[in-house]
Parts: sequence; C-alpha cells; structure tokens
Amino acid sequence: MELLQRFAAGDLDAFESLFRQYQRDVYRWIVRIVRDPAVAEELTVETFWRAHRAHAGFNPDAKFASWLRRIATNLALDHLRRRRPYVDLPDEIPAEQKPDSAVQQQTRVALRKAFLELPPRLRVVAQLGLIEDETYPEIAEVLGISTGAAKTRMFRAVRLLRKTLQRLGAHP
Amino acid sequence: MKKPLKENMEGSGREAEFTNMRDKLRDAMPPVQQVENGAELRRDLWPEMLRRLERPQVRVPWFDWALLAAAGAAAIFFPALIPALLYHF
Repeated sequence: MELLQRFAAGDLDAFESLFRQYQRDVYRWIVRIVRDPAVAEELTVETFWRAHRAHAGFNPDAKFASWLRRIATNLALDHLRRRRPYVDLPDEIPAEQKPDSAVQQQTRVALRKAFLELPPRLRVVAQLGLIEDETYPEIAEVLGISTGAAKTRMFRAVRLLRKTLQRLGAHP
Repeated sequence: MKKPLKENMEGSGREAEFTNMRDKLRDAMPPVQQVENGAELRRDLWPEMLRRLERPQVRVPWFDWALLAAAGAAAIFFPALIPALLYHF
C-alpha cells in the first residue's frame, strides 16, 4: 500500500515517515510567516497533529505537501491574530544592522512598526509577496483565495503601509 | 522557477510603488533565508510530535455545554437570577 494510503488509514509508521519527510518544509514555510523560530517549531508540530487528526478525511490522490501547507498557513495566521499588535519582531531573527543615517534608521523602525500594525490577513500577503517573493498564485493557493483577491489584499496592504508611515512621520 | 517580482506584481498597475515598498521592507525586515538563525530547522521535532500525540485530549461532555448555555440564557432573560447563579457557581 502506498504511504499516503497508509497514512489515510491511520498507520502511525506512515505518519512518522511523512513527518520526517516534510517537517523541514513545513517549518521553513511557517517561519517565513511568523518570523520566530520557537513559534515556528511549535506550529510545525501543531500542523502535523492536525493533519494526523484529520487523516481519515485526507484524499491519498491529493498533494500532501499542499494540504500541509494550507494547514500551516491557517495556523500561522491564527498566531498572528492572537499576538498583540505593536510588538517588535523577536530577537531570534534580527534585522541586519547597517551603518547609515539617522533618517534611514528612523524610516526602518517606522516601517517595521507600520508592518506590525497591518491586519494579519493583509500582513501575511505582504510578508509572502513583498518580503519572501512568493507569486500571487502561490499566495492565493495557501490562503484558499483567488489570485484576484490576493492582488487586492496586496494593494490594500501597500496602501495601508504608506498611510501608516505618513502618520508616523516617515516618508515612504 | 519563480517569476521575478516585477512580473509577479504585473496586473496590479502599481509596479513602481510596490517595488519601492518591497525594497524598503526588505531593508527593514530581510527575508528569512538571508538571516543566519532560524531559516532552517535545527532539530528533529518527532519526539515532540510523539508527546503531542500522547497528550490526552480534554473533552467537555455535551451536557456541560447545554448546562452552560441554559445558565447563560437564564442570566439574559431573568437577570434577577444572577445572584442565585453566582451563589451556586
């Protein structure tokens, strides 16, 4: 029996094989959204736990990696929603320190603050599209929305970033 | 192979604005792959997965939910009952 069929039938060995095969991909995807290694590890385990719980509903002909990625994205998005706004990025992934003018430094700080103020559903699109260079179809697929909706969210995120930057006194 | 950002953003009609914002954002918050710590998983998470699988799931019986809903409804429709409910809780 194929590995995915065995997983769908509830075989723990098959689940372990899939876990070992995909844990790094899932982690790498989540850490790009939450930018916190400790949280990404936690959410990776949670992603697989949810996948295990839903094994009976998984179609062995479907793409396992895409299914996992959708679960992981939803969990990461829930995490962003739960986390208080205005908190700075964790120290584990610090922004590179660059010797530059006070104005540039101020703009950088304002931009990070403006980014953290974005609503999570816009932030995840901006994070994946602008920072991590994912394409619109990829973003749309993992969020379960149309490509057009992903573009609209990106447009709104950029507009909101610009407005917030102006409010904070930084010129985008 | 991924499309370059400009092509990726095509159709939005705001390539220049997006490219400008993208460059500034990447300067303030570099992509995770460019940062040394955190981009790659540093340990095997299977032992934690096993612990998570073995953790008993707390299930609240349906009767408890029904009782809670009834108490909530009573508090809304008969506010005078609140002190009595508080006393019993």
